[in-house]
Amino acid sequence: MTDRVLIEGSEAMARAAVSAGCRFFTGYPMTPFTELLEHMASLLPEVDGVCMNAESELEAVGMAWGAATTGHLAATGSTGQGLSLMQESLSEITNARLPLVVFNMARGQGDYFQATRGGGHGDYRHIVLAPMDLPEAVELTRLAFELASRWRTPVMVLGDYYLAHTYQAVSAPSIEGAAPEVPDWALNGSSGGSGSAKIISPLGGGTDGEEGFDLGAHYAACAAHIQEMSAGVDPLIDIGFCEDAELVVAAYGSVGKFVRYACLRLRDAGHRVGYVRPITLWPFPSEAVYDAVTGSAKVAVYEQNMGQMVDDVRLATMGAVPVEFIGGPSWDHSGFGIGPDINVPDISERILEALK
Amino acid sequence: MTDERIYLSTDTPPAEPAALVDDFTPTLITQANHHLCPGCGEPIAIRAAMEAVEELELAQSTITVFGIGCYTAFAHNLDVEVVQALHGRAPSVATGIKRMLPDGFVVTVQGDGDMVNEGLQEVLHAVARGENITCLLLNNGVFGETGGQMTTTTTLGQRTKTSIEGRDPHQHGHPILLSDLATTMDGAAYVARCAVNNAGNVARTKRYITRAYESQMAGAGFSLVEILTMCPTGWFVDTLEGPDYLQDTLAPVHNIGELKTP
Repeated sequence: MTDRVLIEGSEAMARAAVSAGCRFFTGYPMTPFTELLEHMASLLPEVDGVCMNAESELEAVGMAWGAATTGHLAATGSTGQGLSLMQESLSEITNARLPLVVFNMARGQGDYFQATRGGGHGDYRHIVLAPMDLPEAVELTRLAFELASRWRTPVMVLGDYYLAHTYQAVSAPSIEGAAPEVPDWALNGSSGGSGSAKIISPLGGGTDGEEGFDLGAHYAACAAHIQEMSAGVDPLIDIGFCEDAELVVAAYGSVGKFVRYACLRLRDAGHRVGYVRPITLWPFPSEAVYDAVTGSAKVAVYEQNMGQMVDDVRLATMGAVPVEFIGGPSWDHSGFGIGPDINVPDISERILEALK
Repeated sequence: MTDERIYLSTDTPPAEPAALVDDFTPTLITQANHHLCPGCGEPIAIRAAMEAVEELELAQSTITVFGIGCYTAFAHNLDVEVVQALHGRAPSVATGIKRMLPDGFVVTVQGDGDMVNEGLQEVLHAVARGENITCLLLNNGVFGETGGQMTTTTTLGQRTKTSIEGRDPHQHGHPILLSDLATTMDGAAYVARCAVNNAGNVARTKRYITRAYESQMAGAGFSLVEILTMCPTGWFVDTLEGPDYLQDTLAPVHNIGELKTP
């Protein structure tokens, strides 16, 4: 860890990725993801890594898929729009049991469902981490690579325009240091001719002398792995002032940081409000949310969309406490997610209204 | 079916049992049985591809990337490393592998639906980048796995389930001649088209694949071998008519020969 420096969010995440051992990155420029790609393009050659400016998001995710099969840590990303193009591959990469980190520098908060419901075809989930600011993004980027390696699955870092483009003083991760060792399952060609050459396939492995493969058995194994992950990944959550709160506000990501601050000021003014800020959006920290809110009279969910995480909050609270949605879409003319409503007075007003 | 062996003489049993398919199986194909139709050309092409890997002593550095088609059945029956990709996406996946393992030997296996329909963009960009990989295109001019629909390499007049009266340029457009297209691009080092419809062409196929591999080994850039394969089921012709149908329908449009050499 080096001294704190004033650094752009995209660069902080890029440095954190390389620091975690990422050696392959690819993407297609798209606001507000572009700078992450640019920083990776300048950083990766310094560590003998590869960054490719892919011809489309389809090709970007395909290249990342290939790189991941070699056991080197690989990542890609885009905004939600570009990630829509990648979903077919992300679904199959999950079934191929490959580690991959995917950054979504989203436009606004409309991509919660895309991030947490799998996003593509089939029956699967990804681990999703939603940092509120740069220091947390640095930590969660590292964690994303760890979790991807441990569970052999895609892990998403869900950020936004604020996270990508804000400058903040952080301890800039050093990009020096060795990448993790290549795992045993990785391909390098050397198992050819052994009688049991390796295969990495979303359709499953070989069947020892039988023709073809058993797709049903493979899908069952994949489903079991998702369940195991769901139970095995530690849910992360930030909780404040909930012990005696009349109203608990739930929010995530950089919007969650504004909500946190609004709650702090409202507390100073004598209002009994608390907050929960889920950090892992999948697995959702349902138990922690339930425990935090059951003493209160009401839960208010603030997110800048039509109401997406509110579904998970309702599932977590299971009717124990009424859940009200106090958010809503917030767009400026650019549509890039610099929501005009993301300000503390506006959020405070909505919270006070819910408190009545 | 208790005994599938064919005896040439019914008078006396032969001194040695007739050879079975396994006896002819190349070392790098672990399981010769497959679910592909009688008369299919794809197993011949896969065989040539694997024999060339073995003869060039590339078995222990090869990673193959399979697309989605009938040939995908072989992905699980090879003794070389395999990555199964999505329909159309193999060149990108192969790119990621090759960039991380520059000393690895990387080959994609795709059909015409996979490479020329769904994956045209991917393969052309791989050519343009001069990606040092070898792509094998198994071109039978139809979607074989789904039962004989038109692909973009279907020739004019060719009957398929989605061009019932024959491919009409006004309604269905013209075929894309992928190898010819790739030949015009600077990143292409070796481009050749061959077929597996007779012994001479099978030998030629093996020769072209070997040259493409050698081109990759020399680091020359992108190499493509397009192999015209029989699909009697998808063409709705008798099994034995497959080779002639290929010669009369596909070969006059998709010209056989080496189109570009380093």
